[in-house]
Amino acid sequence: MIETVKHSTSVAEKARINPRSGVFAWFARGRPTKPGETYGVPGQGDTMWLSVVSILFLLFVWWAITALGLVKPLFVPSPQAILAKFVDVWQNGFTNTSFLEHVAVSTARVFGAFLLACAVGIPLGLAMGMSPVMRGLFDPPIEFYRPIPPLAYLPLMIIWFGIGETSKVLLIFLSVFAPVALGARAGVRSAAIEQIHAAYSFGASRWQVMRHVILPSALPEILTAMRVGVGFGWTTLVAAEMVAATKGLGYMVLSASQFLQTPTVIMGIIVIAAIAYAFDLLMRWIEAKVIPWKGKM
Amino acid sequence: MGLNIKSASVVFPAAEGRPPVEALRGIDLAIAEGDFVVALGASGCGKSTLLNLIAGFLAPSSGEILLDGRPVTGPGADRSVVFQKHALLPWLNVIENVAFGLKMQGVAEAKRLAIAEDFVKLLGLDGFQKSPVYRLSGGMQQRVGIARALTCDPKVLLMDEPLGALDALTREKAQELILRIWNDTGKSVFFITHSVEEALFMGTKLIVMSPRPGRISHRFDLPFSRRVLAGEPARQIKASPEFIRLREEVLGIIFADEEEAA
Repeated sequence: MIETVKHSTSVAEKARINPRSGVFAWFARGRPTKPGETYGVPGQGDTMWLSVVSILFLLFVWWAITALGLVKPLFVPSPQAILAKFVDVWQNGFTNTSFLEHVAVSTARVFGAFLLACAVGIPLGLAMGMSPVMRGLFDPPIEFYRPIPPLAYLPLMIIWFGIGETSKVLLIFLSVFAPVALGARAGVRSAAIEQIHAAYSFGASRWQVMRHVILPSALPEILTAMRVGVGFGWTTLVAAEMVAATKGLGYMVLSASQFLQTPTVIMGIIVIAAIAYAFDLLMRWIEAKVIPWKGKM
Repeated sequence: MGLNIKSASVVFPAAEGRPPVEALRGIDLAIAEGDFVVALGASGCGKSTLLNLIAGFLAPSSGEILLDGRPVTGPGADRSVVFQKHALLPWLNVIENVAFGLKMQGVAEAKRLAIAEDFVKLLGLDGFQKSPVYRLSGGMQQRVGIARALTCDPKVLLMDEPLGALDALTREKAQELILRIWNDTGKSVFFITHSVEEALFMGTKLIVMSPRPGRISHRFDLPFSRRVLAGEPARQIKASPEFIRLREEVLGIIFADEEEAA
């Protein structure tokens, strides 16, 4: 009898000290907040230092693998080799074209297509959100082509529009267009019905409600869609520069890969990523300026 | 003159296997100039449907709604609405929100800002003209919403539980503020609330609505708001025997409706 009691006490004791064990339990535990924070907000906290640590760690692992000679430089060149290649291409160009010209050509293709896609996709998306007629007409074609990889219809683009600039920009345009149009269409739903009803009750016309209530409410979704869209644009760049290109970052990566110039390939990839990331930072800055009210009402 | 609702009914058609819902049956209601009509009732009694009908968001299945003798065919600035929440425009600051209705009516900027300025002051928001509305407290946001509806100079001000989201103290202050503004401007008000005390305190007329089908089951004339405006302290009125007796009577009606439903 006494034994049993003793036994159960010790179990309870254990449970009190360590109700759940393991790394996951430690990670998932509730922690009180510091003053100035709100308890339980998902993903709260500054990530700046962790991001720096993450990048430095990846660089270190990369450097360590190459420095120890675990992998041949043909497969994974060292970080120093990439940097040296970058300096080399910056000074001497690649295939008789200067580095900045490669950057300029690709940037012009991506942003030209991006701006075109926004100019067409945002109004069309808004119209689809506002009007069942527009939605009925345009939903099937957009949803039909959207999941097709650009590489699959690249040959068609070339057959129809030639090997010039048109087919390249059009290919990128198509990859940006769908997410931007669908984002704008979804954004139309952002306005609260109270905001819309209030505006009507102040004598606003349908057009005024669209211009002064629905459009501003849709801005956060539209800006997010633009960020997603330009990402798709960069993704499609290499495909667009696969055929009959003599300039551009995508061309640089592809032609370097044909000659097994791995450092140039990796350097090109990093440059594309850096430009895309810089633009995303710009978009976030614009978001903070244009829609400081996002998520606050 | 004023607003006249004559045997209005609303039937929502059957959908997705549900039978048609009779949301309102045979509503007769007159809101004369300067009336403060409060609608009270259990959930689902059709208060908000009635407000939507007056606002012009919803057309009656039968019957008619007349404003100064002319039928209501849609929403308009002569019947501006104050909602419980979510109705302000966060990309505009306080004064721009207040001036928004006038902007929709094409009033020139200088003029509409001048008018808005008056209502900002009337609602005690002076000094906050340039503040973003999402930084304001709930009570101040609601005052912006009321100021915004008043700038439109409506014949009838429609208020859909305007104080429902406020804390008890702010709410009592806001009640008196609305009463004073109602008295100063001479507007007709149609006011929906869930609080019996608020209804008795504010209205000149009370309609108690009952569900299935939504209808007006009881009508009361109320003296209390006039007594507040004559200077009697609000707490004294709310604690007076006649106020408490009426409050219990109305509560009894609403609880009976709720029990019937359950």
